[in-house]
Amino acid sequence: MAVTNVAYPRTRGRRIREVLFRAATVVALVLVIGPAVWIVVEIVNRAVPHWRWSVITTPLHQTSGGLSGPIVGSLLLMVGVLVVAGSIGVMAGIHLGEMVRPRRSGKTGGSLLRTASEVLSGFPSIVLGYVGYVALVVGLHWGFSFLPAVLILSMMVIPYIAKSTETAIRQVPTTYREGAEALGMSMGYGLRKVVLKSAAPGIVTGLLLALAIAGGETAPLIYTAGFASNVPTSLIHAQFPYLTYPVFTFFQLPNKQANYLAYDAALILLVIVLLLLVASRVIVARTQRHAEGRR
Amino acid sequence: MTTIEGSSQLPSGTPTPSVKTIRRAPVARRIVALFRSNEEHAWRWGARVASIIPLAALVFAITVLALKAWPAIKVNGIGFLTGTEWKTGSSYGAIVHTDGVAHPLGVQYGLWPMIVGTLQTSFIAVVIALPISVGAAFALTERMPGWISRPLGFAIELLAGVPSVLIGLWGVLTLGPLLATHVYPHIAAVMPDVPVLRYFRGPTGHGLGLLTAGIVLALMIVPIIASTTRDLFLGVPPLPKEGASALGMTEAEVARRVTLPWVRSGIIGATVLGLGRALGETIAVFLITGSILHIAPNVYSPMSTIAALILGQLDATGTDGTGFAVATLAEAGLVLAVISVAVNLAARVIVNRTGRLMAPVGA
Repeated sequence: MAVTNVAYPRTRGRRIREVLFRAATVVALVLVIGPAVWIVVEIVNRAVPHWRWSVITTPLHQTSGGLSGPIVGSLLLMVGVLVVAGSIGVMAGIHLGEMVRPRRSGKTGGSLLRTASEVLSGFPSIVLGYVGYVALVVGLHWGFSFLPAVLILSMMVIPYIAKSTETAIRQVPTTYREGAEALGMSMGYGLRKVVLKSAAPGIVTGLLLALAIAGGETAPLIYTAGFASNVPTSLIHAQFPYLTYPVFTFFQLPNKQANYLAYDAALILLVIVLLLLVASRVIVARTQRHAEGRR
Repeated sequence: MTTIEGSSQLPSGTPTPSVKTIRRAPVARRIVALFRSNEEHAWRWGARVASIIPLAALVFAITVLALKAWPAIKVNGIGFLTGTEWKTGSSYGAIVHTDGVAHPLGVQYGLWPMIVGTLQTSFIAVVIALPISVGAAFALTERMPGWISRPLGFAIELLAGVPSVLIGLWGVLTLGPLLATHVYPHIAAVMPDVPVLRYFRGPTGHGLGLLTAGIVLALMIVPIIASTTRDLFLGVPPLPKEGASALGMTEAEVARRVTLPWVRSGIIGATVLGLGRALGETIAVFLITGSILHIAPNVYSPMSTIAALILGQLDATGTDGTGFAVATLAEAGLVLAVISVAVNLAARVIVNRTGRLMAPVGA
């Protein structure tokens, strides 16, 4: 879209301003991209010299050993969030995208539910964590454990999932729905076989991003999951391990072993989040190519 | 179905041992059939119930906070917002009752330094992030072929996805010390003793403080503003830009007089959204501010924010046997929630309004 045929500015002031503008945009871009690369390089640099693969399989003892407990714990938390927030979020998105009738004024309906979802997504995560602490950990006597952590993380990401699902469903062309109806499909069958199938890449992308958010979260977990070295077998009454905690606490301890564990945890966390982001990117790119090919 | 009807027609004396086994399959099939014929209802009701859950969760969160905070609101009074001291009281001393609420002797809770800290860090973050994001969005949309701008756009998304605890780690171990040794002393040395700039003078500390926290927060909200702004720029129709360029405007002039005014309110909305994120950010800020509960005397000194306070006071809630510390933190959480929800709603209103305004203009 760039305007290529730009008139050459005649006065020196305008020429200088033009050069300054171009330089400023490039500098700004470097200031945005630079730190992203810097953070990744820094974490890799700190973790790799002392990296040993046994970290993944060895259990944690106080501040030494490996990280098998936190790794499994983080993955289990993500699975829990996928089940709870995934089902609720996608269904809520279907409601907002497909079910609500437009108002008589022509505006899309369901504005109260949508506003509530948006307000919830603007709620600070630490405050949600504190609500979990007050209501679930203390109020229901569940203690620091898996269940309150999953419920609070789900509360955090349901708005994201609902939003992305709604957007994906709204992008399905109306002709698809009309085609389904013309073939005699019932509304539910058509929704499942036609609309959701076309919207699936967008929905999955939203789910992956939500998982990345949930997996990288720390503050609400400290107030809901506590921390333990190893994964307990109970859903409640047992503190639960997750990867962000060692990063948060171990790097400031006066103990090399603990510091290395913090860097290792940081690297593993980064790899998990990057995999999720890249996977979502690949899905988007593939479906786009697919759509262009069909046109 | 037919087999069951058939079995009922058997003579009454005949034992019917197979009825159960015969029935089992039709029941399963009947459930499937029931679902098939009512699939629409299943979807509708499932979706209806699910869509109420965010609203219910929101009401639940606010109710829990308000109920829990009520004793603290009664005792702390308006001084909670204006007071500058944060004293958890003596955990061994006598328990005192005020307005029927039990609390330790000598409690004094004032949130003002943390309110100021929250606003300061977020303000610095927005001031830094806004020009950088808009500039980067310009570079990405106007000046680059797709094969470069697409990976760079992904790098921005990556920055959005990096967990905040990792950014905090980097800020404490790398950025803070670097700024404290190579950047801050030079800034402090040249700043004149005039209002506002005065805060840039004085001891520069170890790099953990207000300015570092603001810079790191800026990094965290840049992706929000930059990616929204990029999408907005891509949405500006080419004709007005080409027209301006045909009139002899340089690219900088086209940017300033056509593109930016076209999407201005969208950028404001994205910025306020980023502001909301900055207000509630916890872990990175907790690590980088140094969590000292006072108003920073200059921009390099450690301070704290409401979110970092809530995180840091977890232990204090355990030592207060009366539960008053828990109530007070709930009140702090309520204040933070009110601030960030208000900011977020403002952003939505601005964004929605631009969405409606932009559509007919571009056609």
